[in-house]
Amino acid sequence: MAYSEKLMDHYEHPRNVGTLDKNDDSVGTGMVGAPACGDVMRLQIKVNDQGVIEDAKFKTYGCGSAIASSSLVTEWVKGKTLDDAAKISNADIAEELALPPVKIHCSILAEDAIKAAIDDYKSKQKKA
Amino acid sequence: MRLPVYLDYAATTPTDPRVVEKMLPFLLTKFGNPASRSHAYGWEAEKAVEEARNEVAAYLNADPREIVWTSGATESDNLAIKGAAHFYKDKGKHLITVKTEHKAVLDSMRHLETEGFEVTYLGVQPDGMIDMKELEAAIRPDTTLVSIMAVNNEIGVIQDLEAIGELCRSKGVIFHCDATQAAGKMELDMTKLKIDLLSLSSHKVYGPKGMGALYVRRKPRVRIEPQIHGGGHERGMRSGTLATHQIVGMGEAYRLARLEQKHDIEHCTKLRDRLLKGILDNIPDVYVNGNMEHHVCSTLNVSFAFVEGESLMMAVKDIAVSSGSACTSASLEPSYVLRALGRDDELAHSSIRFSIGRFTTEEEIDFTIKTLTEQVAKLREMSPLWEMHQQGIDLSTVKWSEH
Repeated sequence: MAYSEKLMDHYEHPRNVGTLDKNDDSVGTGMVGAPACGDVMRLQIKVNDQGVIEDAKFKTYGCGSAIASSSLVTEWVKGKTLDDAAKISNADIAEELALPPVKIHCSILAEDAIKAAIDDYKSKQKKA
Repeated sequence: MRLPVYLDYAATTPTDPRVVEKMLPFLLTKFGNPASRSHAYGWEAEKAVEEARNEVAAYLNADPREIVWTSGATESDNLAIKGAAHFYKDKGKHLITVKTEHKAVLDSMRHLETEGFEVTYLGVQPDGMIDMKELEAAIRPDTTLVSIMAVNNEIGVIQDLEAIGELCRSKGVIFHCDATQAAGKMELDMTKLKIDLLSLSSHKVYGPKGMGALYVRRKPRVRIEPQIHGGGHERGMRSGTLATHQIVGMGEAYRLARLEQKHDIEHCTKLRDRLLKGILDNIPDVYVNGNMEHHVCSTLNVSFAFVEGESLMMAVKDIAVSSGSACTSASLEPSYVLRALGRDDELAHSSIRFSIGRFTTEEEIDFTIKTLTEQVAKLREMSPLWEMHQQGIDLSTVKWSEH
C-alpha cells in the first residue's frame, strides 16, 4: 500500500511518544480501540489553569496509519483550548495524512481518543 | 546485499536463470503449437512439452501420462475438486476439507455447496495438525473426496499424507492434495503416497508464473470431469493451446528440484534455524506458530506480541515478508489460518511469515535478525500494550472498547 509522505514522516519520526502521569489531576487520558481489532490508542493531554493543552503524549499499538494519526493529533492539540481540541474531526486527520479508504477508521479512532482524553480530564476536574 | 531482502519465497520465487535460459528459444525460434501435427514447428514443440512432462513425472516418481498441464495450482485445485466431485456425483455428494486450506480449495468447495454438495470443514489442533480420528469419523458412505494440503502456506505445517492416503484408500474415497508449498521442499513419491490427485505450481519452485500441473492417478484409475472445454487437449481433461515456453520452464524447474532438492532442504533448514534462534535469543515475548516437528524447511511464522503486524512490516521495510495481520488485506479480518489454530486475534495481527529459499544468504538472515530486534523494540516502546504488560497488567482482564 502506498502511503503519503506526511504519513510516512509521522510513522518514521513519531512526535510526542510517551507517558504522562495518569494520576495527575491536570492530565486527561483517553484509551480507545481493542487489541483484537488490531489497534489501541492512548492519548494523554496536560491542561493548564487557562484550560489550554500544554502537553500531549501518545502510545499506539496499531498499523502505520494509526501511529501516524495519533502522532499528528498530539501536534494539533498542543496549544489549543479544550473546546478547540474537541473540534478536530476525523475528516481533518484523514485529509492531512491522505489516508486510504480502508484506513479511515484510524482517523476515527484518533478523534475518539481526543474526546476520551478531554472527558477524562473534565471528570477529574469535577471530582476535584 | 540487495535490499529489500527477499524472504517471501512462499509467495513466489525468482525464476532460476537456468530455467529462463531453457525457456527462451520457445518464445523466439521454436514457437510452434504443440498441437500442430503437420510440420516440424509443431513436432519440435510437442517433443519439448513431453520432455517437460517426463520431468514433472520423474519428480513425483509417477507416469508421464498422469500429468495434466494447467495455468497454475489454483486451476489444478479447481479441476481436481470440481472435476472429481462432478464425475462421482452419482456415488455421493459429500466432500471433506480443512479450515486452514488455501482459498483455491475452500472457494471451490463453497462453490460446490451452491450446487447441492455437502462439505465438512475439519478444524485443526493448536499446532495446525489435523486429528486423524476426526477425519475418520467425518468420512461417510456418500463421501467421494477428501482435500487436504501437504504443507500449509502460512504456517508451514506438514500433514501426515501417508496416514491420510491409507485412510482414504481403505474407505474408497479420493484423496486430493494441494502440494503447492511442498514441491521442491520434501519428498513427494507417488509410489509411496496414496494420493489420487495432486496440485503443483511452477512459480513456487523457481519456474515461471502462470503454470501448474495436476497429477491424476492411473492405478487405481481416478476420473475427473473437465472444467475447461474446447479441443480436447490433455486427454480431454484440460483444453487450450499448451503454453510451450511455460511448460518447458516448469519441466526444467522440476528437473532441478529433483536433482537439487536435498541441497535446497539442507540450505533452507540451516538458515531457518539460524533465523529462529536469532529471534528467540534477542526478542522476548515471541510465539512460533505451527508444529515445528512436522514442518517444512523453508517457512517460519512468528507472532511478536504487543506490536501490530502491518506497522512491523512497515518498520522492517528492508525485508520483504508477509503478515497475518488484517491491515495487509482488504477484509480487515486477521488470518483465518492463525484463527483456526485458536490463537488470540492479537497474536494473529502480530504475525509475520518468513520464507526462505534457494538464493537466501546467511548475511541476509543476520541482517533480518538485527533489523527485527531494533524495530520490535522501537514499536514496543510506542505500544501501550507493552507498557501495560511491563507493569504486570493482564491484558485479558482489561475492558476494551471494541470498534
